[in-house]
Amino acid sequence: MIAIGESAGFLFDLFYSDAALHSGIRIFILINIVMLIAGFLVYFERKVCALIQNRLGPNRVGPRGLLQWVADAIKLITKEDIFPDKVDRKMYFLAPIIAFAPGLIALAVIPFGSIGGDASQALVMTHVNIGLLFVLAVTSISVYGIAFGGWASNNKFSLLGSLRSSAQMVSYEIAMGLSLVAVILVCESVDLREVVTSQYGTMWGFVPNWFCFRQPLAFLIFFVAAFAEGNRLPFDLPEAEPELVGGYHTEYSSMKFGMFFLGEYAAMTLMAAFTVTLFFGGWHVPFVFGNLVQAGTIGFALVSVLVFAIKLALVLFFYLWVRWTLPRFRYDQLMNLGWKVMIPLALANIVITGAFEAAR
Amino acid sequence: MTPAQYIPLLIFIVIVFVFGFGMLGVSHLVGPRKRTKQKFEPYECGKDQGEEPRKRFGIKFYLIATLFILFDIETVFLLPWAVSFKSASESMGLFVAFEMLVFMAILVVGYVYIWKKGAFNWD
Repeated sequence: MIAIGESAGFLFDLFYSDAALHSGIRIFILINIVMLIAGFLVYFERKVCALIQNRLGPNRVGPRGLLQWVADAIKLITKEDIFPDKVDRKMYFLAPIIAFAPGLIALAVIPFGSIGGDASQALVMTHVNIGLLFVLAVTSISVYGIAFGGWASNNKFSLLGSLRSSAQMVSYEIAMGLSLVAVILVCESVDLREVVTSQYGTMWGFVPNWFCFRQPLAFLIFFVAAFAEGNRLPFDLPEAEPELVGGYHTEYSSMKFGMFFLGEYAAMTLMAAFTVTLFFGGWHVPFVFGNLVQAGTIGFALVSVLVFAIKLALVLFFYLWVRWTLPRFRYDQLMNLGWKVMIPLALANIVITGAFEAAR
Repeated sequence: MTPAQYIPLLIFIVIVFVFGFGMLGVSHLVGPRKRTKQKFEPYECGKDQGEEPRKRFGIKFYLIATLFILFDIETVFLLPWAVSFKSASESMGLFVAFEMLVFMAILVVGYVYIWKKGAFNWD
């Protein structure tokens, strides 16, 4: 246990007291940061796309187009809010909210920094000890938003899109769950804070102890499944524009569409943050960790948050890079990959990891 | 971990939903209202919607949903085993690993069976 300095005491109080005021501040900070990231990600996505396609991208609203997402949000909010004929009104209304909420809720248990480097001093909105299971459980709820939206819309393209999407998401969820079993085998905990601290140190003196190096197969399966879960290219079958018009959100307009959109980016942020926590050592920097700044101070907390943010940005950039580089799968290829390749691989990985751990 | 420690999380979940409803509410209040007949028709690229869209769809989707439930439950069984594997191995030795190998073997037999039955084929 690293002692917390005088100056960082208030930070510890803020994150580790159950007082209503402190919880309120944490919740306020989290919601605002996530909305900022999601909004900025839309801009970032369009800029990266423009970079890859050798175009300029948004550059009119604000300096270098930085306020484009604000303009987009205002436009979506001020559009007419309609319920098309024959839609199931309750489900039609609920679907965007259900699709939007999980990404935001699950981010509450992701640790994004630490005051002293200890698991018990991690900066996290709500410190539960089953963080990993919580994230898995909450992200699977977003399937309901998509299924409801497609069914309620009274449109055959929406229905087809939502069926495809639900089948895809549940298929890859199995591979994702199984790949994480191997990680849990090694770190013996489902507390995300302890998952991060178990990645401290190095192997053979030069490879960081991160799970992307210790569990490469699990990392590969998890990362591919994360793409499929978020309906991102190359797995964006539910939205395949040439075949399905727009998939499950064809009938949605104004802010209801905006919620689906925001939900997709929130889910992407969540998956990137989850990947960083599980496989890239969270707030940990190899080699120089703990030598840069005095542990237990505000400086240390800031550095750890910054490290997490940089890793998050890199993983997000990778998401965008893949989207604008790879073509889309065919549906049978997608299902074959999920059921016939990833699940056997994940099961084999569990057996290998188990044998390895038992032999030690 | 006491139940009371989950209360901030519960509040957070409620706030996220309130936030969602709020955004839709603001959009409902701020947006214009110009009602025309065409606006409320289902979007099918300009054609009239011929038939009821909510009709029967491929049985494959039910099959995938059923298989998902089975395999997800297997994952749920594996998780607590994985957490306590090392500590349990210290007291019970190889029994812990062997026991799960038996479980996995049964799982794989079922998996091979549905594969051979063609449950994963999309055509």
